[in-house]
Amino acid sequence: MPRVAAMTGNNAVAESMRQINPDVVAAYPITPQTELSEEFAEFVANGKVDTEYVTVESEHSAMSACIGASAAGSRVLTATSSAGFALMWEMLPIASGTRTPVIMTVVNRAFSAPINIHCSHDDTMGGRDAGWIQLYSENSQEAYDNMIQAVRIGEDMSVRLPVMVAMDGFIISHAVERLELLDDESVKKFIGPYQSVNPLLDTKKPVTYGALALQDYYMESKWQQSAALLNSKAKILEVAAEYKKLTGRSYGLFENYKLDDAEVAIVIINSAAGVAKMVVDELREKGIKAGVLQPRVYRPFPHEEIREALKNIKAIAIMDRTDAFGAGGTPTFTEVTSALYGLTNPPKVINYVYGLGGRDIRVEDIHGVYQRLTEIAKTGKTGKMFEYLGVRK
Amino acid sequence: MKKLKSAREIPIGTAIEDAGCSREYHTGSWRNFRPIHDKEKCVNCLTCWIYCPDGCVQVKDGKVVEFDLKYCKGCGICAEECPAKGKAITMVPEEKKE
Repeated sequence: MPRVAAMTGNNAVAESMRQINPDVVAAYPITPQTELSEEFAEFVANGKVDTEYVTVESEHSAMSACIGASAAGSRVLTATSSAGFALMWEMLPIASGTRTPVIMTVVNRAFSAPINIHCSHDDTMGGRDAGWIQLYSENSQEAYDNMIQAVRIGEDMSVRLPVMVAMDGFIISHAVERLELLDDESVKKFIGPYQSVNPLLDTKKPVTYGALALQDYYMESKWQQSAALLNSKAKILEVAAEYKKLTGRSYGLFENYKLDDAEVAIVIINSAAGVAKMVVDELREKGIKAGVLQPRVYRPFPHEEIREALKNIKAIAIMDRTDAFGAGGTPTFTEVTSALYGLTNPPKVINYVYGLGGRDIRVEDIHGVYQRLTEIAKTGKTGKMFEYLGVRK
Repeated sequence: MKKLKSAREIPIGTAIEDAGCSREYHTGSWRNFRPIHDKEKCVNCLTCWIYCPDGCVQVKDGKVVEFDLKYCKGCGICAEECPAKGKAITMVPEEKKE
């Protein structure tokens, strides 16, 4: 029987980790993820899980220990934020390159400087090309659900890739929300026992991980990894369908919120998508055909499906809680516009950076964006393409 | 030349499933300097055997016999560490080895 609980995002993810009951967790506390790793450490100390908790001296060591433990043949979870994510950087492509399916929650937090502990998507957006699968979560429920699905996706024999589950720091990680939890037995059954590939601890079949591959084999190794990531899309949908049978909650590559007949739309990820959807409801009551596209699976990025969902929209604002300094737009902007490339009559697009360092994205802000989009749809004139939303200049 | 495997044929994550495959990698081709062993001066202390990073010092019945030139990179650690009076190992440029 599902339980209904009031939990913060950190509580919810820690609870999913207890239910997953991994063999190894190696994590280092960092705000706003600290509560999560502390709570899990408590589960270990109280004998609620069978996990070996490796107390490492840094995130670089945390990810190294995770990769080693995964290669040894165990189910491994970890969590981090911001600077901790940055310190793991060297190890992130090693996890994907060695095809060790480590599952990591990233509680999104801004990069320094200036130092800031609140939410930007600098960390996961910066690491979007590290070869990991990336799942984004609007709220605690989605973070919990994504965690359980991530285990099945990453460990699948056709995938074997590490998975990041992102949720917004403080806005979600520290806010109490109502959510539904599965019972322990259902989670255990859904994820199944861990199946290892070439485990280092199998002394009867010795293998080498992380060896040198030069001009003769490096490219083959990367092609193989690239294909696995691109092909994981089908598995992600398959796992989502199975999860829906279990919970009634449906997940896809992205959420299509009232897009089908929409004339104006916002593309936005994580918690702020909730605000955008609320504004859409208000606008719909006034007869304005507005919609939201909320990416969930960011890697592999669902280009074809997004093109299909957006092709008939007149004007789209792509909004990111991060900047890609000096690029031709923020990460989601370049992804979405490349998805739209080649359409004979493509939608007009504008790009906003919003909410950096945890700045509130207010209902009025989103209304303002839709107002501008309605104007663009009417006149066909885009105006300034790239803008920081609500910044004092 | 050995036929290279395709991306679909290699194990995932480029794991190496054959133990001891470094035997196939003949690092001796890197060598600029060749170690020359002087049996007269050698005291068979096996310091060279301990230090050699590639296990190239061949020992039989507790005595240094020869260097395995298939793998010896010519790094010279054996010659550097040799404690024998007047050095039992000298590094000679490959072109002057004869």
